[in-house]
Amino acid sequence: MADSLPPDTPAKPNGAGGKDVVIAVRDVVVGFGEKIVLDHVDLDVHRGEVLGFVGGSGAGKSVLMRTIIGLVPKREGSIKVLGVDMDEVTDLERQAVERRWGILFQHGALFSSLTVMENLQFPVREYLDLSPRLLDELAIAKLEMVGLDATACHKFPSELSGGMIKRVALARALALDPEIVFLDEPTSGLDPIGAGAFDTLIATLQRTLGLTVFMVTHDLDSLHTVCNRIAVLFEGKVIETGPMKQMLASRHPWLRSYFHGVRSGHRTDADAEAP
Amino acid sequence: MSDILLEETSEGERLKLVGAGAWVALNARRLESQIDSARLRHRGAGQVDIDMTGVERLDTFGAWLLERLVRSFSAGGATPNVTGLKEDYRLLMDELGAVKGAEKIVPRTGTQSLTYALSSIGENVASVGNSFGSIANMLGAVIVALLRVLTRPRSFRFTSLVHQLDNVAWRAVPIVLLITFLIGCIIAQQGLFHFRRFGADVFVVDMVGILVLRELGVLIVCIMVAGRTGSAYTAELGSMKMREEIDALRTMGFDPTEVLILPRILALIIGVPILTFLGSMSALYGGGLVCWLYGGIDPEIFLSRLKESISLNTFQVGMIKAPFMALVIGIVASVEGMAVKGSAESLGRQTTASVVESIFLVIVMDGIFAIFFASIGK
Repeated sequence: MADSLPPDTPAKPNGAGGKDVVIAVRDVVVGFGEKIVLDHVDLDVHRGEVLGFVGGSGAGKSVLMRTIIGLVPKREGSIKVLGVDMDEVTDLERQAVERRWGILFQHGALFSSLTVMENLQFPVREYLDLSPRLLDELAIAKLEMVGLDATACHKFPSELSGGMIKRVALARALALDPEIVFLDEPTSGLDPIGAGAFDTLIATLQRTLGLTVFMVTHDLDSLHTVCNRIAVLFEGKVIETGPMKQMLASRHPWLRSYFHGVRSGHRTDADAEAP
Repeated sequence: MSDILLEETSEGERLKLVGAGAWVALNARRLESQIDSARLRHRGAGQVDIDMTGVERLDTFGAWLLERLVRSFSAGGATPNVTGLKEDYRLLMDELGAVKGAEKIVPRTGTQSLTYALSSIGENVASVGNSFGSIANMLGAVIVALLRVLTRPRSFRFTSLVHQLDNVAWRAVPIVLLITFLIGCIIAQQGLFHFRRFGADVFVVDMVGILVLRELGVLIVCIMVAGRTGSAYTAELGSMKMREEIDALRTMGFDPTEVLILPRILALIIGVPILTFLGSMSALYGGGLVCWLYGGIDPEIFLSRLKESISLNTFQVGMIKAPFMALVIGIVASVEGMAVKGSAESLGRQTTASVVESIFLVIVMDGIFAIFFASIGK
């Protein structure tokens, strides 16, 4: 299996500004029946950044994420991931790209009939030929990297708490050392301490593993602390992309109420100056 | 990609290891064997220098193997020294250096096969006992719910009952008719084939009539219903349980037995006798058709012979069993549904158990009824 994969060379730089664009979404239209959810959306994600993707509930944030990873069909437009146009790939090329991304689903999506350890080893076994000892050691290493300890490894997902499920799911998303990680509301359902720790974790892993992170979130704290750049989806379009400072300075009424609403009460613009 | 990922030069007490190429997942297997053999050949090394300047890329897989090499040398009393690591990879190595649990992985508790065999026999026996207990429990809960509903009929979920009846009975009519028709045909054909040798063709009518009305009609329908509706009930209740919908009902002051289970069981108790009646008629029709086309017995002769051979009793014996069997199927399906735990696997297991158990109990019930009717002389 592993031999048939093309060697994973870094994607060639393309796109504007000389920056290395790893995900390029162009003119994408997605709809369900009569309803158009994404209306000619454009979005670039650069190598090595943490992009926070925000928008109202039901605005289609998860839909865009699912469209990029190929779970939702699009009507128009093109999507390039790591320089590969996802519409024009063979199954083998698609598999090669899929091996280079990891996805944390909103509810974890751990396989409920496998233990934590087996969940973590599942993608690795499929793509690589490793010794059982190395498989075990790496599963534990990943588990400890996401802040759990080895005692959790023989538990089933139904025996884990919400926060632990998120962590194990993140560890599984990282199992193959992907270049891109998609996170769908990683901190939802966690207590503020847990959510803060998760943010730090994502930042650490992003630095150590050199990840590109595409994060769908509602968590203002996450946006402040870990995201380099924020993209805002409103009424089917990406209306603004840029760092937090730009979001806070924006005149758009929806953005004003999002970033200056009651929930962000304690924050001042001075906070945004901090990295 | 070069084949040698780890080169070695020994200078007396000093061992120098030079890494090269890409230390990534795809090379992990080769890298592991090179690392382990290097470690084995230099067990007594005192000072180890690991030069990583030549390593182009490093991911968690490669980094962990490096960490393992470092750890095994330090455990053997050596002082390994890693140099030339790119700054980006430092952080990764620090992260992996903090991993503690990897050396002492506890394998999943496996037991001896004999102990396992004995304990699983014991567990199975106990679980059979438990399942009878929970069936009795569920029966009690359903009766209590029924009595409670009788005292305040307005609280009964009539819409739910009608909806379930539609699923259980109306939508099952075509398949039940088809299957019982075929069964009727097959019995008649086999009967004719064998009875003909004794010149007893006409007794086929007796056999078809009694067999279908007394036993087969109700059995076939119940087996169909257990497979079709019992499994659906278990899966529905089970997934509701998995998603905490049943807990939600309970916290709102509803009794899940009354809201979910009672309408389902009543729908079965009403639906199964109707299906049994339709199924029996369809089987008789199939039998008559084969007698006419294959056995040369005219429909009029078939009917008059049928009138002589069966009485109202025969029909009643079959029909009286239907609601009881429906009750068994409904109770078993509900018990198994409520026993579902968190995983998808458990949903599958309980659904299988529901179908197997209810078919088994239906057949056992049929036997008990046979003994009962024989002893009261019907």
